[in-house]
Amino acid sequence: MIHSIKKATRESYGEALALLADENQDVVVLDADLSKSTKTDLFHKKAPERFFDCGIAEGNMIGVAAGLAAAGKIPFASSFAMFAAGRAFEQIRNSVGYPHLNVKICATHAGISVGEDGATHQCCEDIGLMRTIPGMVVLSPADDLETREAVKAIAQYKGPVYMRLGRLSVESVNDPSNYHFEIGKGVTLRDGKDVTIIATGLMVSRALQAAEQLEKEGISARVLNIHTIKPLDQELVVRAAKETGAIVTAEEHSVIGGLGEAVCSAVCEACPVPVIRVGVNDVFGSSGPAATMLEHYGLTAENILQKAKEALTKKK
Amino acid sequence: MMEVTQKHQLQKTAGQVRLGALEAVYSGKSGHPGGSLSVADILTYLYFAEMRVDPQNPHWPERDRFVLSKGHTCPALYAVLALKGFFPQDELKKFRHPGAMLQGHPDMKHIPGVDMSTGSLGQGLSAACGMALAGKLEQKDYRVYAVTGDGEIQEGQIWEAAMFAGHRKLDNLCLIVDNNGLQIDGRVNEICSPYPIAEKFAAFGFHTIAVDGHDFDALSNAFDEARKTKGQPTVIVAKTIKGKDVSFMSDNVAWHGAAPNDDQYKTAVADIEKVLADLK
Repeated sequence: MIHSIKKATRESYGEALALLADENQDVVVLDADLSKSTKTDLFHKKAPERFFDCGIAEGNMIGVAAGLAAAGKIPFASSFAMFAAGRAFEQIRNSVGYPHLNVKICATHAGISVGEDGATHQCCEDIGLMRTIPGMVVLSPADDLETREAVKAIAQYKGPVYMRLGRLSVESVNDPSNYHFEIGKGVTLRDGKDVTIIATGLMVSRALQAAEQLEKEGISARVLNIHTIKPLDQELVVRAAKETGAIVTAEEHSVIGGLGEAVCSAVCEACPVPVIRVGVNDVFGSSGPAATMLEHYGLTAENILQKAKEALTKKK
Repeated sequence: MMEVTQKHQLQKTAGQVRLGALEAVYSGKSGHPGGSLSVADILTYLYFAEMRVDPQNPHWPERDRFVLSKGHTCPALYAVLALKGFFPQDELKKFRHPGAMLQGHPDMKHIPGVDMSTGSLGQGLSAACGMALAGKLEQKDYRVYAVTGDGEIQEGQIWEAAMFAGHRKLDNLCLIVDNNGLQIDGRVNEICSPYPIAEKFAAFGFHTIAVDGHDFDALSNAFDEARKTKGQPTVIVAKTIKGKDVSFMSDNVAWHGAAPNDDQYKTAVADIEKVLADLK
């Protein structure tokens, strides 16, 4: 690894928000009784007059955010992914998406790595839900640096954004010496010619581990970090398909509706090559420590490695 | 009390609003006439006597805001906005037509004067709360008005928003419940009773006012009282008649979401023109 920061993206989000408090007076933050977990409490401490705890009422929180945006504010609304993208889907679709309001929905505790709380809280459908809304930008940053840069970028961007954040501490994957965040632009973390691993969120570090092991076995794997699921970096993905001829996707999300399907759509229309999806295979999660759960559902470097070899055998 | 001439003018305008709403639904061959007719006087009062708006500058930051949470009754809102000069009256004829500006439910992106896109019931009051909150944050003196239906308040989100508005003491927010007593499947008290309405909002921290939603004197007093009420939001529970002023639509649930045919449209127009003639 390039360096050693290990931090949950929700923490990076909270810290970046607190910095924004000073920089942009139009930024307001809403939460639904989870501010200590989503880390919006860091903004609350900095700018209490611009922080609104809406109580356990996510639908209303999204509607209030829409009204604030309609009146010129830049609201960041946070809850767990399950209750933001899930519970409040229709409010996001109709009160934020349809009028294309400048609301940033930043949802933490996405995916299986929620751990012990189990299936009711392990949202593996949020990317799918949010991707279907016209005009919605869907982000899934992989590490501390990327999350901080994403927060800055979406505060500048005018329009609705969904950003997916995690509970678990994750390793840094991006190189700070040459990192540049741009909505809709993927990051090539490792070049390779035999196969491409396209990953998002905490699966990016696992993709890099798999690529290192593949190299030892004589297989050259490219690794793309896709922090923007929508709009997908079509050009980068299709180029990878053309140049390496096989793809494995990796995400802590259902194989239905997420990064894997987004990549499949892009590739099958522009340059059909074998794509194998690593993700949660259309099942609910369950309780257990995050690391155990990630392993149980196959969200590992080892699984990516095996799927990469399988993809190679399917290459024409 | 308002002056007799102003009241007379409002009554005439309301008749024109009803004609405009009916023209839209008739031209679109679809839409919601019943609730448009029940809310017509409330919207007329808001736009022609109460709210600070500028049709030449629909995004004026200092304007009062309006959210039609019962978005399906937009034929009345569109008629009011056209009469007020936000867009040409001709647009009403294109209501619900392919490519038309006037969509089946309010669309803030394309319709001048529409402050919030609505249509999915229960969501408008939350947005109104957000606008009121923004006004408080920026210490602006604009007010925010929202209209819900009485069936609509069966939606849980209304009460999430009511709790929020009461808790945040949003006294720049005024909600009007268009209490026409009917919803698609029948009478609200038979489907899933929202009554008592005012008492429920009072429990959530609202100042409550009950009025006849077709009496401009009563509406005038109610909105004056709402404006003077500090430290809490106001709800005006307006008793109304669904299909008001059209003989065969009056208090008839069949006209919730149906367009009149040629003969029915003629009768409806004649009914309203008679009401207008009787004013003179």
